[in-house]
Amino acid sequence: MVGMLDYAILSAVLFTVGVVGILIRRNIITIFMCIELMLNSVNLLFVAFSRYMGHVDGQIFVFFIFAIAAAEAAVGLALVVAYFKLKETIEVDEIKLLKG
Amino acid sequence: MTGYVWLIPVFPLIGFLINGLFGKRLSRKTIGVIASGAILFSFLLACVIFFQMNSSVELSEKGIRNVLFPWIHIGDFSVNFGYLFDRLSGSMTLMVAGVSFLIHVYSIGYMAEEEGYWRYFAYLNLFVFMMLTLVLADNLLLMFVGWEGVGLCSYLLIGFYYTTEVASDAGKKAFIVNRVGDFGFMLGMFFLFTLFGSLEFQHIREAVISAGLKPEHGMGLITLATVLLFLGATGKSAQIPLYVWLPDAMAGPTPVSALIHAATMVTSGVYMIVKLNYVFQLAPITMLTIAWIGGLTALFAATIGTVQNDIKKVLAYSTVSQLGYMFLALGVGAFIAGFFHILTHAFFKALLFLGSGSVIHAMHHAFHHAGIHDKDPQDIRNMGGLKKYMPKTYWTFLVATLAIAGFPPFAGFFSKDEILWKTFASSHRVLWAIGAFAAILTSFYMFRLVYLTFFGEFRGSKREEEALHESPSVMTFPLIALAVLSVIGGWIGFPHIFKLPNVLEQYLEPVIENTGGIHFLHNSALEWGLMDVSILCAIAGWLFARTLYAGKSDVPGKLAKTFSYFYSILLNKYYVDEIYFALIIRPVKKIGDFCWLFIDTIIIDGTVNLVAYLARCFGRIYSLYQNGAVKVYALTMLGGILVLFWIFF
Repeated sequence: MVGMLDYAILSAVLFTVGVVGILIRRNIITIFMCIELMLNSVNLLFVAFSRYMGHVDGQIFVFFIFAIAAAEAAVGLALVVAYFKLKETIEVDEIKLLKG
Repeated sequence: MTGYVWLIPVFPLIGFLINGLFGKRLSRKTIGVIASGAILFSFLLACVIFFQMNSSVELSEKGIRNVLFPWIHIGDFSVNFGYLFDRLSGSMTLMVAGVSFLIHVYSIGYMAEEEGYWRYFAYLNLFVFMMLTLVLADNLLLMFVGWEGVGLCSYLLIGFYYTTEVASDAGKKAFIVNRVGDFGFMLGMFFLFTLFGSLEFQHIREAVISAGLKPEHGMGLITLATVLLFLGATGKSAQIPLYVWLPDAMAGPTPVSALIHAATMVTSGVYMIVKLNYVFQLAPITMLTIAWIGGLTALFAATIGTVQNDIKKVLAYSTVSQLGYMFLALGVGAFIAGFFHILTHAFFKALLFLGSGSVIHAMHHAFHHAGIHDKDPQDIRNMGGLKKYMPKTYWTFLVATLAIAGFPPFAGFFSKDEILWKTFASSHRVLWAIGAFAAILTSFYMFRLVYLTFFGEFRGSKREEEALHESPSVMTFPLIALAVLSVIGGWIGFPHIFKLPNVLEQYLEPVIENTGGIHFLHNSALEWGLMDVSILCAIAGWLFARTLYAGKSDVPGKLAKTFSYFYSILLNKYYVDEIYFALIIRPVKKIGDFCWLFIDTIIIDGTVNLVAYLARCFGRIYSLYQNGAVKVYALTMLGGILVLFWIFF
């Protein structure tokens, strides 16, 4: 029997992977995927809790997050494409024009 | 018509709005007709209401009161926007509206060639509106609105020729000096409110009578309140120590000097005290102060007037001096005599100013014709012999001179003699002597003016002389009307010893409440004697002026040389302006400089700049961190979240 704690641990592991990925990877698309990973780890937790507590609210939330994530992915990838056309790079370390 | 008192001031307001808003697009003729017509309507309405009031016993006792709307209502303080037309304010309204109308008509001719014609008439109408509000107000606060309003119009009209520095400076001076007086007026008003719990004249009067207040009760607050109100009056009515603005105010157009700075606005201080006579009488110290300030101003200004060379300056000092007489009358408790002098003075002084305006107009044309631009058309040393070129101006000017000098049966004789007699009869002998001496000087400086302006030979070139001409009839008509009033105006107040009815005194008797227990001596023989003395004073002044200035004589020059010390003091007006400059303006300026250069620039600006500088330093430091690397931000965010977790769990 897979318990509530297992889901929570899995979710935490996925979230940490996402965070670490954001911090150490240099490719924007990878960072993007890491963000998606973090979102989905939260989704997993939502669904697990929803089931555990007998509420359907958490699952509804997950649908909203899917929708937002899809929109975000569309806009974000479009930006990446546009940026690549302009500068021919998607290395985050090189994208640092906006600074004080 | 008793419900339409408020329309009296509203007509000029309508004229102001029409001329002020659309004046630029109207023709000069229309502007003049609208402005004068508005005043004429006011005057006629005032006449109708005046007669209606007098035909009803009840109305003439209580006056006609129009409350338009409750104005301010806070706690137990309530003030209505209301007008009160009673015996006193009604008489004053007739004078103000009548003289204003004549001066408006005169202005049509005088200002015909000036720039800003519509602006001039708009201001003049606004002035009349404010003046009538001041006169007809049924409470002190509304009176103060009028009081400030006429001050504003005075400022605007003194500075009418705002492109010249003299005029704009004179406007500012008038405004600022009047601020000092207004400060006193406001404080006095506050004290009266704390004492009587109301600002309405009727309430204050009832409070004084029902409480049976007498001067013996010696209430310090009343003395303080009345002294402060008198300070307000010295500002507006140009008395020592605040008279300095009035002579400079002559920088405005001459009809303005006639209307505002001779006939109406400057008498409002006197009018206010007459209106509050029952309060002032409760403070004998204030009364004595008023009498002495008035008497000294009458003398002081008359001495300066004897040596001035600018025709309008002489008249300005004469106005200050005559206002001094009015205050002298108030101070000794002869309120009706003071008000009487307001009326007669309005006629003859307006006439003198308009006459001088007519002369200046002619001189201006003469200089223009001769192509001269650097000569002063107001300097009497450039005039002379104008009698044969300007007969109407000459004759009317002469009538006014006789009136102000105090020759019977002209108007000024009756009012001035009444003041002098009342001063003597209330046993102020020294003040009487001062007044009588000032009367000699009055007669002297006025006849000096007449001789230097109208007699002898013209002291200019032939080319100037051939352009001299009488003013158009639109200007001479008001002169003649005022001349008639200057002759008969005094007949409303015959002295008792003439055994003729003293209409004015009988009429205004109920206005005066003898709360101060003021007592006048009754002695017909003495009164006849003193009357002879005042006639002799007038004759003495005239003879003195005749010997000095009638023929070609070098005596004035010699006198000036012999007494060069006194002469220069008088010519420089006792250096009062210079003294004020050194004692008040310079220190105030120094304080201002200190506040500006030290407190403002160093302390206040310094603090603000320091804060901004610190903020910029911090910004510089933090901006190093804002390096554009997304990862750093992400890491910081993570760190922040972890810290929050650590704090809350």
